[in-house]
Amino acid sequence: MKKEPEKKDIAKAYEKYTKKFTPRPDYIGNCSKAFFTGGLICAASLYCRNMLVEGGMEEEKAATLVTVGLVVIAQLLTGFGVFDVIAKFAGAGVIVPITGFANSMVAPAMEYKREGPVLGAGSKIFSIAGPVLVCGITAAIIAGIIARIIYIL
Amino acid sequence: MPYKKIGKQTIVFSEKPYIAGRGNVAGQKEGQGPLGEYFDMVLDDDMFGEKTWEMAESKMLKEAMKKAIKRSGLKQENIDAMLSGDLLNQLMSSSFTARDMHIPFLGLYGACSTMTESLLMGSILIDGGFARNVLVGASSHFCTAERQFRMPVEHGNQRPPSAQWTATAAGAAVLSSRDTFDVRSKYRIRTESATIGKVIDAGIKDVNQMGAAMVPAAVDTLLNHLEDTGRKLEYYDVVVTGDLGYIGKDIMTDLLKGAGIPGEQITDHYDDCGTMLFSEEQDVHAGGSGCGCSACVFTAYLLSLMEKKKIRKMLLMSTGALLSTISPGQGESIPGIAHAVSVEVE
Repeated sequence: MKKEPEKKDIAKAYEKYTKKFTPRPDYIGNCSKAFFTGGLICAASLYCRNMLVEGGMEEEKAATLVTVGLVVIAQLLTGFGVFDVIAKFAGAGVIVPITGFANSMVAPAMEYKREGPVLGAGSKIFSIAGPVLVCGITAAIIAGIIARIIYIL
Repeated sequence: MPYKKIGKQTIVFSEKPYIAGRGNVAGQKEGQGPLGEYFDMVLDDDMFGEKTWEMAESKMLKEAMKKAIKRSGLKQENIDAMLSGDLLNQLMSSSFTARDMHIPFLGLYGACSTMTESLLMGSILIDGGFARNVLVGASSHFCTAERQFRMPVEHGNQRPPSAQWTATAAGAAVLSSRDTFDVRSKYRIRTESATIGKVIDAGIKDVNQMGAAMVPAAVDTLLNHLEDTGRKLEYYDVVVTGDLGYIGKDIMTDLLKGAGIPGEQITDHYDDCGTMLFSEEQDVHAGGSGCGCSACVFTAYLLSLMEKKKIRKMLLMSTGALLSTISPGQGESIPGIAHAVSVEVE
């Protein structure tokens, strides 16, 4: 029983030691790139939505249309093999908006289509987006329950 | 019976098998790297005319092996055994290559250490008199490794600076006994001794820190080899590790200094295949990795330097990270391994 913490201490010490040799990611650079590309996507989307609303479309419909547009563009870019190049530059800027969700579905679908449309692409299509959805929906349910309790009180 | 084992974990070959032939195939990105001119074949397209990346990798290994057999001057039916491995589940690339080769086959898994492992096992087969000619090799492909161990290739993600780039490459060599080796051959390169590595786990859990995870195993194997043989590091013209990468190489250098090896000896006599395969402009972060990394650097670049007698004594130490696709998820750390084979020009 005594040996367990010792091993952990060695691991910790070695990890700390290896950190000295590891370059740090450029947090500020990466964050600002993500901030500006993400901001640009959102601003452009809002501009499109406003144009549609001005053109006489219902607000809700316009928002849906813009969202669908973003998804389609991200899917096409993934299919052409460009999305991962953009994401390498922009990081969270394109992964956090719905474009990232679209990419996370198309990428595994492309990857596993060789194992068949049903058991290959079909079973793997949610392999990245699935866990995000499960956690997201669970969080939404919990938040909803809390909100309801606060409302009752 | 005379035993060939000396010290703790080292074998000295009495037969000293010859490296009769070598062959390699490299991917497009590898071909654009600093070693591009040394490869037997560089692919224009990493699919290599196949429908899947796995079959492309398998075809690369097959081409590398055929080239090695051709160079050795032997016929395929004269090869007694084929030893090879790759990174894929159930050794897909190697097994499917063996399907078409019709040579008795033993699959090996040593993760990225497979090239040295196959060279070591092949030498043992010949030295023990169990085979006259043995075909050894290893392969890896960026896309097959990426989809098995990480994310789909087209998924948009950012790789941390410590991440390494799995080489799309295959390397193979033919080992021959004294009986079958063509004595008129210009090149007389032989495997002389070998050290079988222990699995060492220093507790690194970050799968993007492969280099650091494998260094302790490499240090252990190297120090044991030097102790068992009574040699100094400078005995070898070059000691090359497989795929520690830039970060791993720095850690290795620092740890060897800590073990009492003079710094100038390390800088003059130590290098890493992962730092040789790509240039820094190729944006591979911490360097190359994968079975194919040491396999192609060894069979294309290092052996050609030995043929030109620019290197006379070399210690090849491919390093492997023995994690599985599920072990990091289960909270396990990454075990490392390194084998060493000493190769000499006669």
